This record gives sequence, structure tokens and C-alpha cells, in this order.
Amino acid sequence: MAERVLTDDMVAAIKAYFPRYPTRQAVTLPALHIVNERLRYVPIQAVIEIAQLLELAPAEVQDTLSFYGFFPQEKPIGKTRAWVCRSIACALRGGEEVLDYMCHEAGIKPGETTADGNLTIEFAECLGACDFAPCMLAGKDLHKDLTREKATAFVKQMTAQKG
Amino acid sequence: MFQPVLLANIDKPNSYTLKVYESTGGYSALKKTLREMKPVDVVEMVKSSGLRGRGGAGFPCGLKWSFLPKDHPGPIYMCINADESEPGTFNNRVLMELDPHQVIEGIIIGSYATRASTAYIYVRYEFPLSYERLQAAIDECYAAGYLGKNILGTEFSLDVFLHRGAAAYICGEETGLIESLEGKRAWPRIKPPFPAVEGAFRKPTVVNNIETMACVTQIARRGADWFKSIGVPADPKNPRDAGSYGPKLYCLSGHVNKPGCYEAPLGITCRQLIDEYGGGVWKGRKAKAVVPGGISMGFLSANELDTTLDFEGPGKVGCLGLGTAAVVVIDDQTSMVDVLYNCCRFMSHESCGQCTPCREGTSWSTKILERIRSGRGKMEDIDLLLEVANSMGIIPGTTICGLSDGAAWPVKNAINKFRPEFEEYIRSGRKSVTPAQELMMAH
Repeated sequence: MAERVLTDDMVAAIKAYFPRYPTRQAVTLPALHIVNERLRYVPIQAVIEIAQLLELAPAEVQDTLSFYGFFPQEKPIGKTRAWVCRSIACALRGGEEVLDYMCHEAGIKPGETTADGNLTIEFAECLGACDFAPCMLAGKDLHKDLTREKATAFVKQMTAQKG
Repeated sequence: MFQPVLLANIDKPNSYTLKVYESTGGYSALKKTLREMKPVDVVEMVKSSGLRGRGGAGFPCGLKWSFLPKDHPGPIYMCINADESEPGTFNNRVLMELDPHQVIEGIIIGSYATRASTAYIYVRYEFPLSYERLQAAIDECYAAGYLGKNILGTEFSLDVFLHRGAAAYICGEETGLIESLEGKRAWPRIKPPFPAVEGAFRKPTVVNNIETMACVTQIARRGADWFKSIGVPADPKNPRDAGSYGPKLYCLSGHVNKPGCYEAPLGITCRQLIDEYGGGVWKGRKAKAVVPGGISMGFLSANELDTTLDFEGPGKVGCLGLGTAAVVVIDDQTSMVDVLYNCCRFMSHESCGQCTPCREGTSWSTKILERIRSGRGKMEDIDLLLEVANSMGIIPGTTICGLSDGAAWPVKNAINKFRPEFEEYIRSGRKSVTPAQELMMAH
């Protein structure tokens, strides 16, 4: 038996969504978010346990999960997930270069996590904040009107944090 | 200048709270509607206002509501599309962050009109502040008796729930949204049946956009005639023109001095928006091209800037339509080859993969442009791009949803309007792939 991954707190949070929908399957995305927010990934064992709660086959949950490309499954990503926009409005104002500066400063490629586990840098498609291009969403914080200075300062600040 | 209505309160301190919203007349329209009007009267009011959906397709809102089956035992669902992901678009974010109650009042009125008992707001993951502000506003509404059982002492009850997406553009397609809400892969459904007949959880469903709901609030408050007095009337000679009525939120970004969300009557010209609202093209340059309504709509060339930004205007110059009214300005120092590559890469990334012409077409367009941008393009690549673009989408009849038409349009417009630039680029054999882009290709 694999060790249980979902804590009582996660199970309670998932069950709290049940009354909102006429089917259990509709709780799939909320459940995946609940687990991902806490573990920073959704391992296969969590998929199995979510499926049990939602009265689904694990394959059904995995099928949905794999569609989004949003939920990491192999190992936890960094404490902060930084999404740098590469779509048109940001690209016209230097968004792709911002991503380059950040990756260079952090010594990683897009999609990778710094060795200290503090920061994952990913490119994102349009963040819907084109009035502040180029921009980045790091955790819940929108970083506006990025420059090379702001971007590298952000990476320095993130990687200076003690685990 | 036109006085903003939808954005009238966004600069007030704590504009997102119930207290401030009520102090500006908020929820008075809801009270009047629930006490004095029958649901069918609300549908008629919205129909006669001429309101067309603000999410991109511009379908008449009241007409959409009237497609719901009559005397259905229920439940009927209201789904609010806050998955705003079209590149360049952020008007819904502004409304949700700064005036969420204006949106929720419209949702309650719309749910009353359509007899929906549950409304789900599908909020894209990338909008954490919108999610937070909407949830706080919903909580305030339950406490104030605007949501829940027997709203304002009437027979009408409504629950509103937020449902968070997971960063997939296709969830903005209404049936993709429904599939995602149901906990499945967000693969758009084959239509018919349309959601009004069989939508969320196989029940009759209306899917409406955030700004559309804010318009419903203002129509209920100020009347259908007020709404219809703004904008561009339907052309009597064109039976397919349903008119472009009401105020519209335009998102202006790219190479302008003052990017931002601006409210104006439907039908201002692209040039007016850029010069009068956006302070002109940045760095004293000229515009080479302008995206009129999100990249799916294609491009206006520099000599098409007097195009009116109403539902009919962009189509007259070969664009797909008004779309989300997201206007992205591209200056004369920018290569259209690079711009088109960015658009194709986006669509290739976001195609759900269900339909072969879209999955392969978006991918091959991107690869062809990668080849051109790495200095190895061939002259025949230009017609190859056009051939691919002409074979994908609902318009040629090869795909389930319109993502593919939106992927094809920037290709068609870029090549038809800027062909010499593509030819010159290929002839020169130069490269414009940047180190940053190579970094992303390796990902």
C-alpha cells in the first residue's frame, strides 16, 4: 500500500465543494487545485485518492489533469511559481527578454526550479494584464511593467530566501 | 467626451465593496426588477436594448436567453465566462477587480430572467485578485440578502459559485468551459445541441461574458432605450447586421503611450482610440499594423486605422470581427513575420488537439514560421501558410470550434496585407529568432 497523500484537511476542503455541484466529477478541478496548492504537485497517489473521494476511476481524474498542463506530477515545483508572459502585448514590450534575464539570473531554463527549491520560472500565455506589459504573475502577485532591473531583483530576492 | 458608465466607479476608494457600490445606486435595479418585472419582461427588455455579447462572438444576449426551453422543470444553469484569455484582452479583469458588484447584480438579474437557480463563474487561474474580489462580493451579497434563498423576500432563489480554471485558453469556448466545469478535458462539444438546450450537466444553460452582465445591470437601471441610444444602429440595408449598441470597454496595449482599458461608445475608430485615449503610438513612431479585437481577429494595416470598432467595422476590411475589442498596436519598427510567429505559437500551444486541421494546422504554421525566422525560409512557404490557414476552422467546415478560425485569421491577414514584407524577409535570409525564443523552443 502506498502511503496516503491527502491529509484530513485536504479531504475536508475537497468535500466542502460537494454541495456546489450536481455531480462529484465537477469537483475534479477544485480538488486538484486544493492538493496542488498544498503540495505544489499532484502525485499519482493523490490522483487515486481524489478519484476515490469523487467516486471516479483514477484514469478519469488523470485524464482531466493531463489536459491542463498546469499540475506538475513528478516532484514539487518551487515555493514561488513565476509565470512570465510571452504573448503578443508583452512580447511587443520586451516580455521574452524579461524571461531571458530571469532565467539567466536564476541559472535555469523555463520550466525548471532553482536548486534551493525557491523559484520555478515558466513562460505563460497572455496573463490578461496587457495594460502593464511586460508582466509576470508570481504566486498571487502580478508584477507590472517589468524591466531588466526589476526582473533580476525579483530573482535575487527569491533565491536569497532561506528554505 | 463620452462619460463612462461601466467604469464610472472604478477610481473610487474601495470601489469593489458593497458599501461603495450601494452608495452609487447599486442593487437598485435588482430591487426594481424583482419587484416589478416578470422574467419574460426582463428577457424582452434585454432583447430590445440590442445588447450583443461582449465575449467575442457578439451574439444578441436576449435572443440567446430566449432559446431556453419554455416551462422546463429545471434546473437551469447560468455560466459566466470569466476565462478571459484572448491575447490583448483584460476588460473583464478590470471589472472583476474594481467593480465586481456591478457584474454580480447583472448575474442575478440575468438568472432571474432565465430562471436559473445556480450560476457558476468560471474564473481563469491567472486572475487571483479577481477571484478574491468576486468571492468577497458574493459573501457580502449572501449577508445582505441579494443571494441565497428568497432574494429580497421574493420567490426567487439563487446560488453563485466561483469555479477556478487551470490555464487553458480553450476553456473560454462556451462548451469547452462547460466540459471543464463538469470536471472533464475542456474539449468543445459538437453543436447542436447548443447549451441553451443541453449545457452544463446536460441541463439548459446560458453562457454569458462578464462585461455583458455589467451591461445587463446598466440596462436594468437606465432602460433599454438609453442603451440603444449609444453606438451604431443596424444598417437597414444589411439584414445580418444586428447593430452595435451600448458602451464598450476597449483594451488598448502594445506600442502606445498609454495602454489601458477605456470605455467608449461602440463605433469609435481605431485611430481615435489610439490617439485620443492612448496618447498615440509610442516613441513618436507610426503604427504599421493594429490587432482590432484580440489576435484571433487578424490585423488592420496602417491605412485601415479609420475602421470603426463596432461589430461590423473590422469585417469590412477583411478582419474576422470585433472579437474582444482588444486593440494591440504594432509600430513600424516591428517585423510582421515576428508578430505572426507569436500569434501562431500561441494558437499552437492552446489548440486542444481534438480536431486534426487545428492541431496540425496551428503546429505546422508555427514550424513554417520558425523555419522562415531562422533564415531558411522558401518563397513557397508563404502560399503554404495560406493554404494551411484556408483549410482550418468552422468557416471551411473542418473543426468543432472557432479557435481554428481565430488561428487562421492572423495568418490570412498578415500575408494578404503584408505580403511584400514576408517576401523581403525570406529573400534576405536574415534571422530574427532571439536568444529568449531559443530558450523557449528548448522547453
